[in-house]
Amino acid sequence: MTAHTELARTWRRQAHGALVIVKKNAMLYYLKPPVLIFGVLFPVFFFLAFKMGRPIPAENIVPGMVAMALWFTASAVGPLVTPWERRAKTYERLISTPVSLQAILIGDVVSGLIFGGCLSVVPIGLGLALTNASIVSPAALIGGILLGALSFAALGVLLAAPPVSSPANIMLLSNLVRLPLLFVSGIFLPIARMPDWAQWVAPISPLSYAGDLIRSGFGQQAYFPLWLSPAMLVVFTAGLTWGAFRFHRRWRAKGL
Amino acid sequence: MVRENRTVIGVKGLAKQFGSVTAVAGLNFDVQAGELFGFLGPNGAGKTTTVRMLTGVLEPSNGTATIEDHDIRTEPLLSRAHLGVVPEQANVYPDLSVWRNLMLMAELYGVPRTQRCREGQRLLETLGLADRKRHKARTLSKGLRQRLVLCAALVTGPEILFLDEPTGGLDVASARLIRQIIRQLNAEGLTVFLTTHNMDEAEEMCSRVAIINRGRLVAIDAPGRLRSAMRSSQYLEVAFAGDEVDTSELERLPDAMRVSREGKSVRLYGEQPGRLAMQVARLAETKRLEIVHLCTRKPTLEDVFLYFTGDRARELER
Repeated sequence: MTAHTELARTWRRQAHGALVIVKKNAMLYYLKPPVLIFGVLFPVFFFLAFKMGRPIPAENIVPGMVAMALWFTASAVGPLVTPWERRAKTYERLISTPVSLQAILIGDVVSGLIFGGCLSVVPIGLGLALTNASIVSPAALIGGILLGALSFAALGVLLAAPPVSSPANIMLLSNLVRLPLLFVSGIFLPIARMPDWAQWVAPISPLSYAGDLIRSGFGQQAYFPLWLSPAMLVVFTAGLTWGAFRFHRRWRAKGL
Repeated sequence: MVRENRTVIGVKGLAKQFGSVTAVAGLNFDVQAGELFGFLGPNGAGKTTTVRMLTGVLEPSNGTATIEDHDIRTEPLLSRAHLGVVPEQANVYPDLSVWRNLMLMAELYGVPRTQRCREGQRLLETLGLADRKRHKARTLSKGLRQRLVLCAALVTGPEILFLDEPTGGLDVASARLIRQIIRQLNAEGLTVFLTTHNMDEAEEMCSRVAIINRGRLVAIDAPGRLRSAMRSSQYLEVAFAGDEVDTSELERLPDAMRVSREGKSVRLYGEQPGRLAMQVARLAETKRLEIVHLCTRKPTLEDVFLYFTGDRARELER
Protein backbone atom coordinates (compact mmCIF):
# COMPACT_ATOMS: atom_id res chain seq x y z
CA MET A 1 0.00 0.00 0.00
CA THR A 2 1.42 3.38 -0.96
CA ALA A 3 1.88 6.13 1.58
CA HIS A 4 -0.72 8.16 -0.29
CA THR A 5 -3.36 5.42 0.00
CA GLU A 6 -2.56 4.87 3.67
CA LEU A 7 -2.91 8.60 4.34
CA ALA A 8 -6.26 8.69 2.54
CA ARG A 9 -7.42 5.71 4.59
CA THR A 10 -6.37 7.38 7.83
CA TRP A 11 -8.25 10.56 6.89
CA ARG A 12 -11.33 8.57 5.99
CA ARG A 13 -11.23 6.73 9.32
CA GLN A 14 -10.78 9.95 11.27
CA ALA A 15 -13.60 11.65 9.37
CA HIS A 16 -15.82 8.67 10.19
CA GLY A 17 -14.73 8.91 13.84
CA ALA A 18 -15.65 12.61 13.91
CA LEU A 19 -19.11 11.78 12.52
CA VAL A 20 -19.62 9.14 15.20
CA ILE A 21 -18.74 11.80 17.79
CA VAL A 22 -21.34 14.13 16.23
CA LYS A 23 -23.94 11.37 16.51
CA LYS A 24 -22.97 10.67 20.13
CA ASN A 25 -23.17 14.37 21.05
CA ALA A 26 -26.57 14.72 19.40
CA MET A 27 -27.91 11.73 21.33
CA LEU A 28 -26.42 12.77 24.63
CA TYR A 29 -26.00 16.50 24.89
CA TYR A 30 -28.45 18.41 22.68
CA LEU A 31 -31.20 18.05 25.24
CA LYS A 32 -29.12 18.50 28.39
CA PRO A 33 -30.57 21.25 30.62
CA PRO A 34 -27.47 23.52 30.51
CA VAL A 35 -27.53 23.47 26.69
CA LEU A 36 -31.21 24.35 26.60
CA ILE A 37 -30.89 27.02 29.32
CA PHE A 38 -27.78 28.74 28.02
CA GLY A 39 -28.44 28.02 24.37
CA VAL A 40 -32.16 28.62 24.00
CA LEU A 41 -33.63 30.44 27.01
CA PHE A 42 -30.78 32.94 27.41
CA PRO A 43 -31.19 34.57 23.97
CA VAL A 44 -34.99 34.65 24.31
CA PHE A 45 -34.78 36.55 27.62
CA PHE A 46 -32.06 38.85 26.31
CA PHE A 47 -34.26 39.64 23.34
CA LEU A 48 -37.28 40.36 25.52
CA ALA A 49 -35.22 42.54 27.86
CA PHE A 50 -33.89 44.49 24.90
CA LYS A 51 -37.14 44.89 23.03
CA MET A 52 -39.75 45.52 25.69
CA GLY A 53 -40.74 49.15 26.10
CA ARG A 54 -38.40 50.44 23.35
CA PRO A 55 -39.78 52.15 20.25
CA ILE A 56 -37.73 50.16 17.71
CA PRO A 57 -39.34 48.64 14.62
CA ALA A 58 -39.44 44.89 15.25
CA GLU A 59 -37.90 44.04 11.84
CA ASN A 60 -34.80 46.06 12.72
CA ILE A 61 -33.91 43.78 15.58
CA VAL A 62 -34.48 40.49 13.76
CA PRO A 63 -30.86 40.19 12.49
CA GLY A 64 -29.50 40.89 15.98
CA MET A 65 -31.86 38.32 17.43
CA VAL A 66 -30.75 35.71 14.89
CA ALA A 67 -27.06 36.43 15.52
CA MET A 68 -27.50 36.35 19.30
CA ALA A 69 -29.42 33.07 19.20
CA LEU A 70 -26.70 31.60 16.98
CA TRP A 71 -23.99 32.87 19.34
CA PHE A 72 -25.53 31.15 22.34
CA THR A 73 -26.67 27.94 20.69
CA ALA A 74 -23.57 27.14 18.64
CA SER A 75 -21.23 27.85 21.55
CA ALA A 76 -23.35 25.98 24.12
CA VAL A 77 -22.54 22.39 23.12
CA GLY A 78 -18.72 22.54 23.26
CA PRO A 79 -18.36 23.70 26.88
CA LEU A 80 -20.59 20.89 28.02
CA VAL A 81 -19.20 17.81 26.25
CA THR A 82 -15.66 17.38 27.59
CA PRO A 83 -16.37 18.42 31.23
CA TRP A 84 -19.43 16.16 31.27
CA GLU A 85 -17.43 13.25 29.86
CA ARG A 86 -14.69 13.81 32.42
CA ARG A 87 -17.19 13.81 35.27
CA ALA A 88 -19.06 10.77 33.96
CA LYS A 89 -15.71 8.93 33.61
CA THR A 90 -16.27 8.21 29.93
CA TYR A 91 -13.53 10.52 28.66
CA GLU A 92 -10.57 8.18 29.26
CA ARG A 93 -12.21 5.42 27.24
CA LEU A 94 -13.02 7.87 24.46
CA ILE A 95 -9.45 9.14 24.09
CA SER A 96 -8.02 5.63 24.09
CA THR A 97 -9.97 4.73 20.93
CA PRO A 98 -8.25 4.94 17.54
CA VAL A 99 -10.00 8.27 16.91
CA SER A 100 -7.51 11.10 17.30
CA LEU A 101 -8.11 13.91 19.75
CA GLN A 102 -8.33 16.29 16.78
CA ALA A 103 -11.09 14.23 15.19
CA ILE A 104 -12.96 14.13 18.51
CA LEU A 105 -12.72 17.92 18.81
CA ILE A 106 -13.76 18.45 15.19
CA GLY A 107 -16.76 16.24 15.96
CA ASP A 108 -17.55 18.53 18.91
CA VAL A 109 -17.23 21.64 16.70
CA VAL A 110 -19.52 20.14 14.06
CA SER A 111 -22.01 19.25 16.80
CA GLY A 112 -22.15 22.92 17.82
CA LEU A 113 -22.42 23.99 14.17
CA ILE A 114 -25.40 21.69 13.56
CA PHE A 115 -27.12 22.62 16.82
CA GLY A 116 -26.68 26.37 16.24
CA GLY A 117 -27.47 26.19 12.52
CA CYS A 118 -30.67 24.19 13.03
CA LEU A 119 -31.96 26.29 15.91
CA SER A 120 -31.29 29.55 14.00
CA VAL A 121 -34.23 28.56 11.79
CA VAL A 122 -36.53 29.39 14.74
CA PRO A 123 -35.69 33.12 15.13
CA ILE A 124 -35.51 33.51 11.34
CA GLY A 125 -38.93 31.92 10.97
CA LEU A 126 -40.42 34.01 13.77
CA GLY A 127 -38.84 37.18 12.36
CA LEU A 128 -40.22 36.53 8.89
CA ALA A 129 -43.64 35.52 10.16
CA LEU A 130 -44.23 38.15 12.81
CA THR A 131 -42.42 41.24 11.46
CA ASN A 132 -41.87 42.98 8.16
CA ALA A 133 -38.32 41.64 7.92
CA SER A 134 -37.36 39.97 4.64
CA ILE A 135 -34.32 38.14 3.33
CA VAL A 136 -32.55 40.23 0.70
CA SER A 137 -29.33 38.27 0.33
CA PRO A 138 -29.72 34.55 1.12
CA ALA A 139 -26.00 33.96 0.43
CA ALA A 140 -24.93 36.49 3.06
CA LEU A 141 -27.46 35.12 5.55
CA ILE A 142 -26.51 31.47 5.03
CA GLY A 143 -22.81 32.33 4.95
CA GLY A 144 -23.16 34.32 8.17
CA ILE A 145 -25.03 31.51 9.89
CA LEU A 146 -22.72 28.70 8.78
CA LEU A 147 -19.40 30.48 9.26
CA GLY A 148 -20.63 32.15 12.42
CA ALA A 149 -21.86 28.86 13.90
CA LEU A 150 -18.55 27.23 13.01
CA SER A 151 -16.44 29.86 14.74
CA PHE A 152 -18.75 30.05 17.78
CA ALA A 153 -18.71 26.26 18.10
CA ALA A 154 -14.89 26.30 17.93
CA LEU A 155 -14.86 28.91 20.70
CA GLY A 156 -17.13 26.68 22.80
CA VAL A 157 -14.80 23.70 22.32
CA LEU A 158 -11.76 25.79 23.23
CA LEU A 159 -13.48 26.95 26.43
CA ALA A 160 -14.05 23.30 27.42
CA ALA A 161 -10.30 22.57 27.58
CA PRO A 162 -9.50 23.45 31.23
CA PRO A 163 -9.75 20.34 33.42
CA VAL A 164 -12.42 21.04 36.05
CA SER A 165 -14.31 18.84 38.46
CA SER A 166 -17.71 20.28 37.60
CA PRO A 167 -19.18 21.15 34.18
CA ALA A 168 -20.85 24.17 35.84
CA ASN A 169 -17.41 25.81 36.20
CA ILE A 170 -16.91 25.66 32.44
CA MET A 171 -20.39 27.06 31.82
CA LEU A 172 -19.46 29.98 34.09
CA LEU A 173 -16.20 30.49 32.23
CA SER A 174 -17.97 30.38 28.89
CA ASN A 175 -20.49 33.00 30.01
CA LEU A 176 -17.66 35.13 31.30
CA VAL A 177 -16.36 35.20 27.73
CA ARG A 178 -19.64 35.17 25.79
CA LEU A 179 -21.58 37.87 27.64
CA PRO A 180 -19.04 40.72 27.38
CA LEU A 181 -18.46 39.93 23.71
CA LEU A 182 -22.21 40.05 23.12
CA PHE A 183 -22.31 43.68 24.20
CA VAL A 184 -19.41 44.85 22.01
CA SER A 185 -20.43 43.03 18.82
CA GLY A 186 -23.14 45.37 17.54
CA ILE A 187 -26.06 43.14 18.50
CA PHE A 188 -28.05 45.59 20.58
CA LEU A 189 -26.61 48.72 18.97
CA PRO A 190 -25.02 48.94 15.50
CA ILE A 191 -21.22 49.02 15.74
CA ALA A 192 -21.13 52.46 14.04
CA ARG A 193 -23.20 53.91 16.88
CA MET A 194 -21.25 52.29 19.71
CA PRO A 195 -18.71 54.33 21.79
CA ASP A 196 -15.19 54.61 20.38
CA TRP A 197 -13.65 52.10 22.78
CA ALA A 198 -16.32 49.54 21.84
CA GLN A 199 -15.68 50.13 18.14
CA TRP A 200 -12.04 49.26 18.80
CA VAL A 201 -12.98 46.09 20.64
CA ALA A 202 -15.68 44.93 18.18
CA PRO A 203 -13.22 43.51 15.58
CA ILE A 204 -11.83 40.98 18.09
CA SER A 205 -15.22 39.30 18.40
CA PRO A 206 -16.34 36.74 15.80
CA LEU A 207 -19.92 37.70 16.62
CA SER A 208 -19.33 41.16 15.09
CA TYR A 209 -18.60 39.62 11.68
CA ALA A 210 -21.35 37.00 11.82
CA GLY A 211 -23.84 39.66 12.93
CA ASP A 212 -22.72 41.91 10.09
CA LEU A 213 -23.23 39.18 7.48
CA ILE A 214 -26.65 38.29 8.88
CA ARG A 215 -27.59 41.97 8.87
CA SER A 216 -26.57 42.14 5.18
CA GLY A 217 -28.71 39.07 4.58
CA PHE A 218 -31.74 40.98 5.86
CA GLY A 219 -30.83 43.97 3.69
CA GLN A 220 -29.48 46.18 6.46
CA GLN A 221 -26.32 48.31 6.31
CA ALA A 222 -23.13 46.31 6.99
CA TYR A 223 -20.33 47.84 9.07
CA PHE A 224 -17.45 45.78 7.65
CA PRO A 225 -16.73 45.27 3.94
CA LEU A 226 -18.68 42.23 2.77
CA TRP A 227 -15.54 40.26 1.86
CA LEU A 228 -13.93 40.85 5.24
CA SER A 229 -16.55 39.17 7.43
CA PRO A 230 -16.36 35.65 5.90
CA ALA A 231 -12.57 35.91 5.80
CA MET A 232 -12.40 36.90 9.46
CA LEU A 233 -14.80 34.13 10.47
CA VAL A 234 -12.58 31.59 8.70
CA VAL A 235 -9.55 33.03 10.51
CA PHE A 236 -11.39 32.87 13.86
CA THR A 237 -12.48 29.28 13.23
CA ALA A 238 -8.95 28.23 12.33
CA GLY A 239 -7.38 30.04 15.28
CA LEU A 240 -9.90 28.86 17.86
CA THR A 241 -9.75 25.27 16.58
CA TRP A 242 -5.96 25.35 16.72
CA GLY A 243 -6.17 26.65 20.29
CA ALA A 244 -8.66 23.91 21.16
CA PHE A 245 -6.30 21.22 19.77
CA ARG A 246 -3.40 22.65 21.71
CA PHE A 247 -5.07 23.11 25.10
CA HIS A 248 -7.15 19.93 25.02
CA ARG A 249 -3.99 18.01 24.25
CA ARG A 250 -2.10 19.69 27.08
CA TRP A 251 -4.83 19.00 29.65
CA ARG A 252 -6.36 15.80 28.33
CA ALA A 253 -5.07 13.51 31.07
CA LYS A 254 -5.63 15.98 33.91
CA GLY A 255 -8.37 15.19 36.37
CA LEU A 256 -9.23 11.75 34.95
CA MET B 1 -3.96 -20.53 26.57
CA VAL B 2 -2.63 -20.13 23.01
CA ARG B 3 0.86 -18.69 23.33
CA GLU B 4 3.02 -17.67 20.42
CA ASN B 5 6.56 -16.46 20.51
CA ARG B 6 5.64 -13.08 19.18
CA THR B 7 5.96 -9.85 21.12
CA VAL B 8 2.70 -7.91 21.05
CA ILE B 9 3.62 -5.34 23.70
CA GLY B 10 7.24 -4.23 23.81
CA VAL B 11 8.04 -1.66 26.47
CA LYS B 12 11.38 0.12 26.11
CA GLY B 13 12.56 2.57 28.73
CA LEU B 14 9.04 3.89 29.25
CA ALA B 15 9.00 6.77 31.71
CA LYS B 16 6.62 9.43 32.94
CA GLN B 17 7.42 12.52 34.93
CA PHE B 18 4.80 14.79 36.49
CA GLY B 19 6.73 17.93 37.37
CA SER B 20 9.37 16.80 39.84
CA VAL B 21 7.60 13.51 40.57
CA THR B 22 8.74 10.41 38.70
CA ALA B 23 5.65 8.24 38.30
CA VAL B 24 7.27 5.65 36.02
CA ALA B 25 11.04 5.35 35.77
CA GLY B 26 12.15 3.56 32.63
CA LEU B 27 10.24 0.29 32.38
CA ASN B 28 11.42 -2.50 30.09
CA PHE B 29 9.41 -5.65 29.47
CA ASP B 30 7.68 -7.62 26.74
CA VAL B 31 4.34 -9.34 26.59
CA GLN B 32 3.95 -12.28 24.21
CA ALA B 33 0.89 -13.04 22.09
CA GLY B 34 -1.65 -15.11 24.00
CA GLU B 35 -0.26 -14.31 27.46
CA LEU B 36 -2.39 -13.39 30.44
CA PHE B 37 0.05 -10.92 31.90
CA GLY B 38 -0.44 -9.56 35.43
CA PHE B 39 0.81 -6.11 36.35
CA LEU B 40 0.99 -5.72 40.11
CA GLY B 41 2.07 -3.01 42.48
CA PRO B 42 0.99 -1.09 45.56
CA ASN B 43 -1.07 2.09 45.33
CA GLY B 44 0.87 4.87 43.62
CA ALA B 45 3.42 2.45 42.14
CA GLY B 46 2.77 3.65 38.59
CA LYS B 47 0.49 0.89 37.30
CA THR B 48 -2.32 3.09 36.01
CA THR B 49 0.15 5.62 34.60
CA THR B 50 1.82 2.80 32.66
CA VAL B 51 -1.50 1.52 31.35
CA ARG B 52 -2.51 5.05 30.38
CA MET B 53 0.70 5.48 28.42
CA LEU B 54 0.26 2.15 26.66
CA THR B 55 -3.36 2.93 25.77
CA GLY B 56 -2.56 6.41 24.44
CA VAL B 57 -4.17 8.48 27.18
CA LEU B 58 -0.86 9.87 28.46
CA GLU B 59 2.24 10.74 26.48
CA PRO B 60 5.44 9.22 27.83
CA SER B 61 8.14 11.64 29.01
CA ASN B 62 10.81 9.21 27.84
CA GLY B 63 11.16 5.85 26.16
CA THR B 64 8.43 4.22 24.15
CA ALA B 65 6.48 1.02 23.58
CA THR B 66 5.16 -0.92 20.65
CA ILE B 67 1.73 -2.47 20.34
CA GLU B 68 1.62 -5.07 17.57
CA ASP B 69 4.79 -3.45 16.16
CA HIS B 70 3.24 0.04 16.08
CA ASP B 71 5.13 2.61 18.12
CA ILE B 72 2.77 4.33 20.59
CA ARG B 73 4.53 7.66 20.01
CA THR B 74 4.86 7.70 16.25
CA GLU B 75 1.82 5.59 15.30
CA PRO B 76 -0.60 6.14 18.17
CA LEU B 77 -3.78 5.55 16.17
CA LEU B 78 -2.56 2.29 14.62
CA SER B 79 -1.38 1.04 18.00
CA ARG B 80 -4.72 1.90 19.66
CA ALA B 81 -6.66 0.11 16.92
CA HIS B 82 -5.50 -3.24 18.36
CA LEU B 83 -6.60 -2.56 21.91
CA GLY B 84 -9.66 -3.09 24.00
CA VAL B 85 -9.51 -1.10 27.22
CA VAL B 86 -11.29 -1.35 30.55
CA PRO B 87 -9.90 1.61 32.51
CA GLU B 88 -9.82 1.62 36.30
CA GLN B 89 -12.64 4.12 36.75
CA ALA B 90 -14.35 3.48 33.48
CA ASN B 91 -17.95 4.12 32.88
CA VAL B 92 -20.38 3.76 30.07
CA TYR B 93 -22.71 6.53 28.91
CA PRO B 94 -25.45 6.41 31.54
CA ASP B 95 -28.04 8.09 29.32
CA LEU B 96 -27.59 5.63 26.46
CA SER B 97 -29.10 2.17 26.38
CA VAL B 98 -26.92 -0.88 26.87
CA TRP B 99 -27.14 -1.62 23.15
CA ARG B 100 -26.33 1.96 22.02
CA ASN B 101 -23.30 1.99 24.30
CA LEU B 102 -21.96 -1.11 22.59
CA MET B 103 -22.71 0.12 19.09
CA LEU B 104 -21.12 3.51 19.78
CA MET B 105 -17.84 1.94 20.85
CA ALA B 106 -17.84 -0.43 17.86
CA GLU B 107 -18.52 2.47 15.50
CA LEU B 108 -15.61 4.44 16.94
CA TYR B 109 -13.38 1.50 16.01
CA GLY B 110 -14.92 1.32 12.54
CA VAL B 111 -16.43 -2.16 13.02
CA PRO B 112 -18.84 -2.87 10.11
CA ARG B 113 -22.55 -2.83 10.99
CA THR B 114 -23.29 -6.55 10.48
CA GLN B 115 -20.27 -7.58 12.48
CA ARG B 116 -20.93 -5.18 15.36
CA CYS B 117 -24.58 -6.22 15.64
CA ARG B 118 -23.74 -9.92 15.61
CA GLU B 119 -20.83 -9.56 18.03
CA GLY B 120 -22.77 -7.19 20.30
CA GLN B 121 -25.67 -9.61 20.63
CA ARG B 122 -23.32 -12.53 21.31
CA LEU B 123 -21.44 -10.61 24.01
CA LEU B 124 -24.62 -9.46 25.73
CA GLU B 125 -25.74 -13.06 25.92
CA THR B 126 -22.36 -14.29 27.15
CA LEU B 127 -22.19 -11.65 29.87
CA GLY B 128 -25.81 -12.02 30.96
CA LEU B 129 -26.99 -8.63 29.72
CA ALA B 130 -29.26 -9.67 26.86
CA ASP B 131 -32.44 -8.97 28.80
CA ARG B 132 -31.16 -5.46 29.63
CA LYS B 133 -30.40 -4.57 26.03
CA ARG B 134 -32.90 -1.68 25.83
CA HIS B 135 -32.37 -0.44 29.38
CA LYS B 136 -30.52 2.80 30.04
CA ALA B 137 -27.05 2.09 31.41
CA ARG B 138 -27.84 4.26 34.45
CA THR B 139 -30.32 1.62 35.63
CA LEU B 140 -27.62 -1.07 35.88
CA SER B 141 -25.96 -2.09 39.13
CA LYS B 142 -22.20 -1.61 39.46
CA GLY B 143 -21.55 -5.26 38.61
CA LEU B 144 -23.74 -5.17 35.51
CA ARG B 145 -22.22 -1.87 34.45
CA GLN B 146 -18.73 -3.34 34.69
CA ARG B 147 -19.89 -6.24 32.52
CA LEU B 148 -21.10 -3.70 30.00
CA VAL B 149 -17.73 -1.91 30.09
CA LEU B 150 -16.11 -5.27 29.32
CA CYS B 151 -18.61 -5.91 26.51
CA ALA B 152 -17.82 -2.49 25.04
CA ALA B 153 -14.10 -3.29 25.12
CA LEU B 154 -14.65 -6.66 23.42
CA VAL B 155 -17.16 -5.65 20.76
CA THR B 156 -14.35 -3.91 18.87
CA GLY B 157 -12.62 -7.27 18.33
CA PRO B 158 -9.33 -6.38 20.06
CA GLU B 159 -6.15 -8.43 19.87
CA ILE B 160 -4.97 -7.15 23.24
CA LEU B 161 -7.24 -6.44 26.18
CA PHE B 162 -6.12 -3.99 28.90
CA LEU B 163 -7.95 -4.42 32.18
CA ASP B 164 -7.22 -2.03 35.04
CA GLU B 165 -8.65 -3.47 38.27
CA PRO B 166 -11.60 -5.04 36.44
CA THR B 167 -13.13 -6.74 39.48
CA GLY B 168 -12.46 -4.05 42.09
CA GLY B 169 -15.50 -3.48 44.29
CA LEU B 170 -17.70 -5.97 42.45
CA ASP B 171 -20.03 -8.56 43.95
CA VAL B 172 -18.76 -12.12 44.01
CA ALA B 173 -20.93 -13.32 41.11
CA SER B 174 -19.93 -10.48 38.75
CA ALA B 175 -16.23 -10.77 39.69
CA ARG B 176 -16.30 -14.51 39.11
CA LEU B 177 -18.10 -14.16 35.78
CA ILE B 178 -15.65 -11.53 34.57
CA ARG B 179 -12.67 -13.68 35.59
CA GLN B 180 -14.20 -16.67 33.86
CA ILE B 181 -14.78 -14.69 30.64
CA ILE B 182 -11.24 -13.32 30.71
CA ARG B 183 -9.78 -16.80 31.11
CA GLN B 184 -11.97 -18.12 28.31
CA LEU B 185 -10.98 -15.29 25.95
CA ASN B 186 -7.34 -15.84 26.81
CA ALA B 187 -7.73 -19.55 26.09
CA GLU B 188 -9.04 -18.56 22.66
CA GLY B 189 -5.89 -16.53 22.00
CA LEU B 190 -6.62 -13.01 23.27
CA THR B 191 -3.65 -11.38 24.95
CA VAL B 192 -4.65 -9.90 28.31
CA PHE B 193 -2.80 -7.23 30.28
CA LEU B 194 -4.33 -7.33 33.74
CA THR B 195 -3.63 -4.76 36.42
CA THR B 196 -4.83 -5.88 39.81
CA HIS B 197 -4.42 -5.55 43.56
CA ASN B 198 -5.98 -8.92 44.07
CA MET B 199 -3.14 -11.40 44.56
CA ASP B 200 -5.43 -14.43 44.47
CA GLU B 201 -6.79 -13.21 41.14
CA ALA B 202 -3.29 -12.72 39.74
CA GLU B 203 -2.06 -16.05 41.06
CA GLU B 204 -5.07 -17.90 39.73
CA MET B 205 -5.19 -16.28 36.30
CA CYS B 206 -1.82 -14.96 35.15
CA SER B 207 0.80 -16.90 33.26
CA ARG B 208 3.37 -14.23 34.10
CA VAL B 209 3.39 -11.25 36.42
CA ALA B 210 5.41 -8.07 36.68
CA ILE B 211 5.70 -6.29 40.01
CA ILE B 212 6.23 -2.56 39.93
CA ASN B 213 7.16 -0.41 42.91
CA ARG B 214 7.77 3.34 42.94
CA GLY B 215 7.77 3.40 39.15
CA ARG B 216 10.38 0.66 38.78
CA LEU B 217 10.02 -2.95 37.74
CA VAL B 218 11.19 -5.08 40.66
CA ALA B 219 10.28 -8.58 39.50
CA ILE B 220 8.90 -10.29 36.41
CA ASP B 221 8.31 -14.01 35.96
CA ALA B 222 5.71 -16.76 36.23
CA PRO B 223 4.04 -16.71 39.67
CA GLY B 224 5.34 -20.21 40.44
CA ARG B 225 8.91 -19.27 39.62
CA LEU B 226 8.73 -16.10 41.67
CA ARG B 227 7.49 -18.12 44.62
CA SER B 228 10.20 -20.75 44.34
CA ALA B 229 12.82 -18.04 43.98
CA MET B 230 11.89 -17.01 47.49
CA ARG B 231 13.12 -20.19 49.15
CA SER B 232 13.81 -18.41 52.42
CA SER B 233 10.10 -17.55 52.69
CA GLN B 234 9.04 -21.20 52.84
CA TYR B 235 8.02 -22.22 56.29
CA LEU B 236 6.79 -24.96 58.54
CA GLU B 237 3.79 -24.31 60.73
CA VAL B 238 3.53 -26.29 63.93
CA ALA B 239 1.22 -26.25 66.95
CA PHE B 240 1.68 -28.23 70.17
CA ALA B 241 -0.88 -29.36 72.69
CA GLY B 242 -0.84 -27.83 76.13
CA ASP B 243 1.07 -24.77 77.24
CA GLU B 244 2.97 -22.56 74.87
CA VAL B 245 6.35 -23.94 73.85
CA ASP B 246 9.56 -22.06 74.45
CA THR B 247 10.55 -20.91 70.95
CA SER B 248 14.26 -20.69 71.84
CA GLU B 249 14.44 -24.50 71.51
CA LEU B 250 12.98 -24.24 68.02
CA GLU B 251 15.33 -21.42 67.05
CA ARG B 252 18.27 -23.72 67.78
CA LEU B 253 17.16 -26.29 65.19
CA PRO B 254 19.85 -26.55 62.47
CA ASP B 255 17.61 -25.67 59.49
CA ALA B 256 15.50 -22.95 61.17
CA MET B 257 16.45 -19.56 59.77
CA ARG B 258 13.79 -17.60 61.62
CA VAL B 259 10.96 -18.37 64.03
CA SER B 260 7.79 -16.41 64.60
CA ARG B 261 4.71 -17.00 66.71
CA GLU B 262 1.29 -16.76 65.06
CA GLY B 263 -1.32 -17.26 67.80
CA LYS B 264 -0.99 -20.82 69.10
CA SER B 265 1.11 -21.87 66.10
CA VAL B 266 4.79 -21.31 65.49
CA ARG B 267 6.26 -20.64 62.06
CA LEU B 268 9.77 -21.87 61.33
CA TYR B 269 11.24 -20.37 58.17
CA GLY B 270 13.87 -22.32 56.27
CA GLU B 271 14.96 -23.32 52.79
CA GLN B 272 14.07 -26.99 53.40
CA PRO B 273 10.79 -27.24 55.33
CA GLY B 274 10.75 -31.05 54.94
CA ARG B 275 14.00 -31.49 56.89
CA LEU B 276 12.82 -28.93 59.38
CA ALA B 277 9.66 -31.02 59.97
CA MET B 278 11.78 -34.04 60.89
CA GLN B 279 13.87 -31.96 63.28
CA VAL B 280 10.70 -30.63 64.95
CA ALA B 281 9.31 -34.17 65.25
CA ARG B 282 12.54 -35.35 66.92
CA LEU B 283 12.46 -32.37 69.30
CA ALA B 284 8.83 -33.11 70.19
CA GLU B 285 9.70 -36.73 70.94
CA THR B 286 12.63 -35.74 73.13
CA LYS B 287 10.65 -33.10 75.02
CA ARG B 288 7.48 -35.25 75.14
CA LEU B 289 5.42 -32.63 73.34
CA GLU B 290 2.28 -33.56 71.46
CA ILE B 291 2.08 -32.11 67.92
CA VAL B 292 -1.51 -31.17 67.04
CA HIS B 293 -0.81 -29.46 63.75
CA LEU B 294 2.13 -29.65 61.37
CA CYS B 295 2.30 -28.49 57.76
CA THR B 296 4.73 -26.98 55.30
CA ARG B 297 3.82 -23.83 53.40
CA LYS B 298 5.25 -22.31 50.26
CA PRO B 299 5.18 -18.53 49.86
CA THR B 300 2.09 -17.16 48.14
CA LEU B 301 2.17 -14.53 45.46
CA GLU B 302 1.16 -12.14 48.20
CA ASP B 303 4.35 -13.01 50.10
CA VAL B 304 6.33 -12.42 46.91
CA PHE B 305 4.56 -9.12 46.39
CA LEU B 306 5.17 -7.98 49.96
CA TYR B 307 8.78 -9.06 49.73
CA PHE B 308 9.45 -7.03 46.59
CA THR B 309 7.40 -4.01 47.57
CA GLY B 310 8.24 -4.01 51.27
CA ASP B 311 11.30 -5.61 52.84
CA ARG B 312 13.24 -6.09 49.63
CA ALA B 313 12.38 -2.60 48.37
CA ARG B 314 13.69 -1.10 51.62
CA GLU B 315 16.80 -3.25 51.34
CA LEU B 316 17.41 -2.03 47.80
CA GLU B 317 16.89 1.57 48.87
CA ARG B 318 19.46 1.14 51.65
